[in-house]
Amino acid sequence: MIEITTSAIDPDELRKRLFDPAAGAYCSFEGWIRNENEGQAVLRLEYEAYEPLALSEGEKILGEAQQQFPHLQAHCMHRTGLLEIGECAVWVGVSSPHRDEAFQACRYIIDQLKVRLPIWKKEHYVDGHSGWVNCERCAKSA
Amino acid sequence: MKTITVRYFAMFREHAGMDGESLSLDADTAADVFAATSARHGSTEPSGHCKVAINDVMADWDSPVNDGDTVLLFPPVAGG
Repeated sequence: MIEITTSAIDPDELRKRLFDPAAGAYCSFEGWIRNENEGQAVLRLEYEAYEPLALSEGEKILGEAQQQFPHLQAHCMHRTGLLEIGECAVWVGVSSPHRDEAFQACRYIIDQLKVRLPIWKKEHYVDGHSGWVNCERCAKSA
Repeated sequence: MKTITVRYFAMFREHAGMDGESLSLDADTAADVFAATSARHGSTEPSGHCKVAINDVMADWDSPVNDGDTVLLFPPVAGG
């Protein structure tokens, strides 16, 4: 399942949910807040989600992964609100019988989440200004 | 004319200065709603990078809109 939270993500707690006697492989991805983007020093990030659709679209993505990779267990959590450098913004974890499917499924899920969920991030820069990620770029290239 | 409730998110909300509004529009599709609200609030974001939902279901720009619908306008997403 997918969850959206305003609290700190605890990967150790989340991975336990994927324990499965049939699983021989576990793979996870954590997205962290980085201190720069495109040459600009970043102070913190602010995430906003439209939860009803972020959750339903997220469940669809997990379902697609489970169709592609039989016996896959998958879970995801995304933060919203203000996040500081080094904090975990998104966590994806999967378990499966073998490692190849685990790596592939984890990659599929994070790649799809990033482009499909109605979630936005605003970067707050060290120099005091701020900008929505991707929007500014689209506006410039328009 | 149709009464359409429009909801704005992230950059669109900041451009519009509001979460949403109810508009009387001569609109057949989601693209028509997007064009009308872009003109209304001076947004230059191209629709190709954006997404739209109608009544909480993801839709396409050529999806029809009906009287009473709620159209959600999503600027380019950036999760993760």
